[in-house]
Amino acid sequence: MRREDDFETRSKHLKHMTDEELDAYFWKLAEKIVDPLIELAYYHTSPSIERSVLLRMGFSSIEAKEIVNRIEERGLLPKGAGNIVLKVAERVKKDYLTAGKSIANGEYLEVLDDIAREASKNEA
Amino acid sequence: MKLEKDKKIDIEEILKDLDKYVPRRRGWHWREDVGKHKIGDFEYYQVSKPLKNSIPLPAAKHFGNIDPQPDCVITTEIASGRFEDDIRRMRMAAWHGADHIMVIRTLGQSHFDGLIEGTPEGVGGVPISRKQIRATRKALDLIEDEVGRPINFHSYVSGIAGPEVAVMFAEEGVNGAHQDPQYNVLYRNINMVRSFVDAAVAKKIMADANILQIDGAHNANATAKYGWKVMPELLVQHAINTLYSRKVGMKPENIALSTVPPNAPPTPSIRLDLPYAVALRQLFKDYKMRAQMNTKYIEHDMREATVTHVLNLLISRLTSADIQSTITPDEGRNVPWHYNNINAINTAKQALIGMDGLKEMVKLNFDGELGKKVRELKMRAILFMEEILEVGGYFKAVEEGFFVDSGYYPERNGDGIVRTINGGIGAGTVYKRDKDYIAPVCSHFGYNNLPEGLNKPCDLIDGCTLCKHEKIHYIDELDENDNVENRLKETVEYRKGDKIKPEVEWAGDGIISMNLFLPVNERTAEYAAIKYAEKLGLTDVVVLGKLPMHPAEGTYVEVRGRVQFSIDKNELEIPPEEEILSDEEIEEDIKRKPMKVVAATVGNDEHSVGLREILDIKHGGIEKYGIKFTYLGTSCPVEKLVDAAIEENADAILVSTIITHDDVHIKNMKKIHDLCVEKGIRDKVILVGGGTQITNDLAKSVGFDAGFGRGTKGNQVASFLVKKRREKENEENN
Repeated sequence: MRREDDFETRSKHLKHMTDEELDAYFWKLAEKIVDPLIELAYYHTSPSIERSVLLRMGFSSIEAKEIVNRIEERGLLPKGAGNIVLKVAERVKKDYLTAGKSIANGEYLEVLDDIAREASKNEA
Repeated sequence: MKLEKDKKIDIEEILKDLDKYVPRRRGWHWREDVGKHKIGDFEYYQVSKPLKNSIPLPAAKHFGNIDPQPDCVITTEIASGRFEDDIRRMRMAAWHGADHIMVIRTLGQSHFDGLIEGTPEGVGGVPISRKQIRATRKALDLIEDEVGRPINFHSYVSGIAGPEVAVMFAEEGVNGAHQDPQYNVLYRNINMVRSFVDAAVAKKIMADANILQIDGAHNANATAKYGWKVMPELLVQHAINTLYSRKVGMKPENIALSTVPPNAPPTPSIRLDLPYAVALRQLFKDYKMRAQMNTKYIEHDMREATVTHVLNLLISRLTSADIQSTITPDEGRNVPWHYNNINAINTAKQALIGMDGLKEMVKLNFDGELGKKVRELKMRAILFMEEILEVGGYFKAVEEGFFVDSGYYPERNGDGIVRTINGGIGAGTVYKRDKDYIAPVCSHFGYNNLPEGLNKPCDLIDGCTLCKHEKIHYIDELDENDNVENRLKETVEYRKGDKIKPEVEWAGDGIISMNLFLPVNERTAEYAAIKYAEKLGLTDVVVLGKLPMHPAEGTYVEVRGRVQFSIDKNELEIPPEEEILSDEEIEEDIKRKPMKVVAATVGNDEHSVGLREILDIKHGGIEKYGIKFTYLGTSCPVEKLVDAAIEENADAILVSTIITHDDVHIKNMKKIHDLCVEKGIRDKVILVGGGTQITNDLAKSVGFDAGFGRGTKGNQVASFLVKKRREKENEENN
């Protein structure tokens, strides 16, 4: 879009404001822009976020990538990758680091499938 | 491990036992304010705690070698592609006063979906990997001990793997990072939803690790066609990232705004840039300012870049800067070279110290144009945000090309960057968290259905890596060929052996540059310069820059190329260094016993500049120590000079001789010596010869006491005279 500079007409409603009022209004508008973005972030996740969780749990970046891929493929990322690793560990009765490494190596995929099946049943 | 001043940092040693290295310090460090403070003979208003080891500005030798450190943190950006070479440059930078080392990432890392591991070589920057970060932090820990000031290590939490990079930075003791989702969206074409969702987690991790954040707004003025018109938008971009960070939990003192004066001469740059700088500091008074030098208009001319940067520094001093970033003056023409990092740091240090306390004497005048412009900028930014909300929010505004439009908002030029909500890298990879979503780790942002009764989220896993460093999974190398160990083997003779090879980026790169003036037009000069460099044996010759002095009379050209040979240290014959007495010691000795010299340029020699510089107080000559002199002028017959020495009862004769035709310079010196012997004063008088072709050995070979060549300063001659006189006195006493 192209537009001529219409600052004079457009800014009429701001002219009467004091400097302090202008600054406060600036931040009020910024908040209105930012709030929905924060709300979005609060309730969403992504593969990178989930890998960052796995890193913090003590997995290597290579393992984290594999684990997240397998979890994402099965539609389980919305539950949290760390959460899923803990669930698998519980079911196979291993510590979570061993269980997670196994998932990265392509093991326990059937356990992941089970969890995915149960999850979709619960939703339905 | 401890660094020793006279020894190179041992990179192989740094790389040892890296898997066990734990950073000893986390979080950002500001310089310590010392208030009004006396350093040497001067009082400073805007300085910080001095360094234990440093290299002062060149002029410091006239002021007792003081090295006052400005109040603000000083940044240098380093990343040649090989971190092992960058580490040495970081040490040099720290010695000149940089305490914020920013490492540029390799090309394309923003689009790398995950962490890079190992130490592959980078392009235009370094692949940011755990090993590279850990080794660099370990080296910086040693360097900060050496200079006596904590050094902030900084890189980028941007791209498609932001949260992972943030975790790694928090774990490895990185102190500062760029983080701004808008940067991903606009300049890296990463999907905007993904970018903002990722950013919240990345920022939370940074906030908890006390990592200072720098935003990315300044890229708009570097990118927009008319950089000086995007100022209203810059305020908006700063506001969005700042407020987003606050809402995630970042403390205001850890949020720094990246601000660059958008203009450069030949525009009336200060008058244009100052209102923006003031508006920013008024609106964002709770936050930190990272003032960066302008890069947009830097091309090949380093002098021009330096002047622009000094004007930028004037803006910093007229307003404020918590961090002063420096841009190497060669950034426009190559990956910055070692010494240009230092040049940029020194430009900042010199200008900031030179303008110390400026605001005690100079006040901004808000009554006229400045106040009006500041208000207008704020209003334009407000109008920008009103329209973002009108069209339906941030994402809609991006879709409609609001950002990086080169119109002076509300003017629109229709050339903004357009991204769609479903487009870009990583589109469709954002998931709504389920009700039973759990992330069993610390520093996580957003909805988390943790069981009740936990002290910390990571209780579920018996501690996360942010609480238990030993849980970090360290990967050393993945590529058996492209890694630091292999590269180090290739350069070992230059780093640890006796071979010397010039370098500007990497050990042994062999790159040198040459400056030529060629009395031909620009285009001819360019090709002539290349030919010259090639004939001198350089390879990979590139013209760095050219500046016409006149369309026909000639052109100044700068060329770079690689030398194909190295030098062995053992082949060098290095004469022992003459110890020069301090100014105070020379003055004391002259006070103890006055000294008088006679001086002239002899024979038919009319060159008097060099000798005047050795004599006159104005040029730092021997006169300033109280030594009296009688100057007999140019083309002085040798007999007259020796007679004057007798008549004046002089302690020394100073002879300057430049012309060397038919060895007249040697002959004249010999004649003076012989005359002094003949007239019986040789034992009494010290004979000193000087000139561009004179060496100490040459002068001594014809019976003189000393000879001084090109570049000699008054203190060297005065020091010699004092020492020689003491020597004579000792002989007499014995």
